[in-house]
Amino acid sequence: MKRTDDYAQRAAHLKGLSDDQLKQRFWDLAQQLTDPLLQMGREYTSPSIERSVLLRMGLSSLEAKALVDKCMEHGLLGHGAGHVVFKASKAWDLPVREAGLKLITLEDWNPVKAWFEGGQ
Amino acid sequence: MAVYRLKQDQALDVREILKDLSAYRPRRRGWTWRKPAPCLTMGSFTYKDVSEPLKNFVPLPPAHHFGGIDPQPLPIITTEIASGRFEDDIRRMRMAAHHGADHIMVIRTAGQSHFDSLIEGTPQGVGGVPITRKQVRAQRKALDYIEDEVGRPINYHSYVSGVAGPEIAVMFAEEGVNGAHQDPQYNVIYRNINMLRSFVDACESKTVMAWGGLAQIDGAHNANATARDAWKVMPELMVQHAINSQFSVRCGIPRDLICLSTVPPTATPAPCVYTDLPYAVALRDLFTGFRMRAQMNTKYIQSSIREATVTHVLNMFVSKLTSADIQSTITPDEGRNVPWHIYNIEACDTAKQTFIGLDGLMDMVELKDAGPLRDKARELKERAVLFMEEMLQLGDYFKAVEAGHFVDSGLYPERNGDGIVRKMDGGIGADTLIKREMDYLAPVTAHFGYNNTAAYGLKDGEDPAALIGGCTFQHPERIQFIDELDQEDNVHVRMEQTEGLRQPGADWVKPEMEWLGDGTVMLTLFFPVSQKIAQAAALEAAKRMNLLDPEIISSEVMHPVDGTRIELKGKVPFQLKVSDLVIPVEPEVYSDDFLREAIEKQPLTVVCGTVGEDEHSVGLREIIDIKHGGIEKYGVKVHYLGTSVPPEKLVNAAIELGAHGILASTVISHDNIHYRNIALIDRLAREHGVRDKLVFLAGGTQVTPELAREAGADEGFGRGTKGAHVATALVKLRK
Repeated sequence: MKRTDDYAQRAAHLKGLSDDQLKQRFWDLAQQLTDPLLQMGREYTSPSIERSVLLRMGLSSLEAKALVDKCMEHGLLGHGAGHVVFKASKAWDLPVREAGLKLITLEDWNPVKAWFEGGQ
Repeated sequence: MAVYRLKQDQALDVREILKDLSAYRPRRRGWTWRKPAPCLTMGSFTYKDVSEPLKNFVPLPPAHHFGGIDPQPLPIITTEIASGRFEDDIRRMRMAAHHGADHIMVIRTAGQSHFDSLIEGTPQGVGGVPITRKQVRAQRKALDYIEDEVGRPINYHSYVSGVAGPEIAVMFAEEGVNGAHQDPQYNVIYRNINMLRSFVDACESKTVMAWGGLAQIDGAHNANATARDAWKVMPELMVQHAINSQFSVRCGIPRDLICLSTVPPTATPAPCVYTDLPYAVALRDLFTGFRMRAQMNTKYIQSSIREATVTHVLNMFVSKLTSADIQSTITPDEGRNVPWHIYNIEACDTAKQTFIGLDGLMDMVELKDAGPLRDKARELKERAVLFMEEMLQLGDYFKAVEAGHFVDSGLYPERNGDGIVRKMDGGIGADTLIKREMDYLAPVTAHFGYNNTAAYGLKDGEDPAALIGGCTFQHPERIQFIDELDQEDNVHVRMEQTEGLRQPGADWVKPEMEWLGDGTVMLTLFFPVSQKIAQAAALEAAKRMNLLDPEIISSEVMHPVDGTRIELKGKVPFQLKVSDLVIPVEPEVYSDDFLREAIEKQPLTVVCGTVGEDEHSVGLREIIDIKHGGIEKYGVKVHYLGTSVPPEKLVNAAIELGAHGILASTVISHDNIHYRNIALIDRLAREHGVRDKLVFLAGGTQVTPELAREAGADEGFGRGTKGAHVATALVKLRK
């Protein structure tokens, strides 16, 4: 889009605002623009977020990547990769890291998937 | 095992830094600001706007006239270091810290933002270093030693961006990194990473950074560097700052750790301060409580170091007139791409020099409350508000980006239709977001968004990591350290290749600009011809000087046909054996008491003056005057004849007064006149038959002792000479 500078007309409604009111308007608009971005952040996750969770659970970057790929392959990422490891550690009575390592090499994921059927 | 500690007289041992990295733990988390020291007295001066001084430092070049003081400005001073080899950057960090840097920013290797995971090991980088856990750990560990040595905390910084942002943020928080760039808009606009993914990832990254206490710097300055006419994106810059700042506050980062990366948008020959100052004022009006990271303008930087330095100083003048919490020092080589040690140091010194030079300025001047400054600032704020109003009319942030709303070269609301367009379903990492299920769980600290910990019995506000007995943030021993993945491309292989040059311990030395043993040198040449001929001549000259890979890094027209200045880099094919070098012995200095006693027993009279057509008097007065610690204080009787003294007069006066010595100062050195005058005095004294009765000492800024002795003086003295040196020579050499 091309447009000549119509600042004078476009800003007419701002002329009556004091500097403080203009500042308030600036931040109100910034909030309106960021609200939906934050909402999306609350509702979605990503492979990188899930890998970052696994790092914090004591897996290496290589292990975290392998395990997130596995979770994605089996459609479990929406439950949380950390959740998968957490459930595995409970089910297998293993420390979290050992449960994660076992999942990476696990052949049959059907029992794992079954933990998440029907939601929590 | 002995604890490694840096010693002022010993080179930093990179081998020590790399030892036992798997066991290293950072000593603290989070960012540290300088401690203000209002009304600090140093030497003869009281400073208004300085911070606590350093224990060990390299002061500005004229400091020896001021008692060697090195006052430190209030803002944090950044230096950006990343030569591709982090092991060599470590030595540069120590140099920079001594020159006043306390924010070390490490640039990432090209392409890391598209790398879909953490990188491990220590591969060599291009245009930066691959940021890895081992590299970060080594550099943070080195900075622990360096900060102990200089006596001020040093902040370590890199980038949380790209498609692995959250993982990098976690690694940084675990490793005690103190600051990071984080701005999803940077991913979207400049790295073409999918915008939905960028914002979702940023929520997590920022939450982790908040836990780690990292200072955050945004990416708005890139719009300035990208736009065709950089000063026209000012309204948009404020919007970009607002989006990232607002977003960050709501992810939990405290305002005083959210730093706006703000650039004075234009440069000379534009009347830049007139343009840049209202923008700086508008920004600070709107963003109260946030911090300003004053970046320097790089958009218009050319290959002249001088020009880049003046731009840097003008930018810092704006910082001084408004405010800066962190002062960036893009190295003056930015426009010619030679990221060398010396330019980091130059830039740190430029920042320190400027701020110290402007110390207390705002006690004497103030910005006007009315007139063009305030009018222009108001207009910019209104334009920024209009920019956001139209974004909302278009739908939201994403719709606005799809419509090419950002980085358009028109001064908003003017539009030239050349903005950067990104699509919601496009870019790297498109279609990788996953909706969280009802039972979604992440049992870790500092996780953003929906997290059904209630299903496992946790109450609101309880740390999700409690479910697993704490995560790596509480139990760093659970962090997995990977050493190397590539047996060829790693620091140990690289260091092995240059081991013979490595200090401390090596007996070989080679010129170096960025990497140990790189052999790089720079030549400055002038040719009395046009630019094209001069460039060809410079390359040919370099070849004949046996320089390898000569390359012109700057050429400036002095006159279209009468002259061209060239700067050129090349590599030397040799190295030098330290033990074979002839190193001049430090001049001997007797103690004050010994000198006084010796001169009391056998009084000394000298005649002195600046010889030839030379009006310099300061140096000689310092050697003589009692108040500068000159030879008078030891009891030497001095007959000062003044400046531009003919050599004959000096010799005749010595004869008439029965002096024991002649002190000749000679500063002008064109056509070797200084050595010719020394030789003349020696000859005249011989002709008068008094040479063997007189001690003849010569000094000046361009005098070297060896050449002065060759010319006929008994001893020569150069830059840095003190009265005690001259008095010692007089006592020792008296006839």
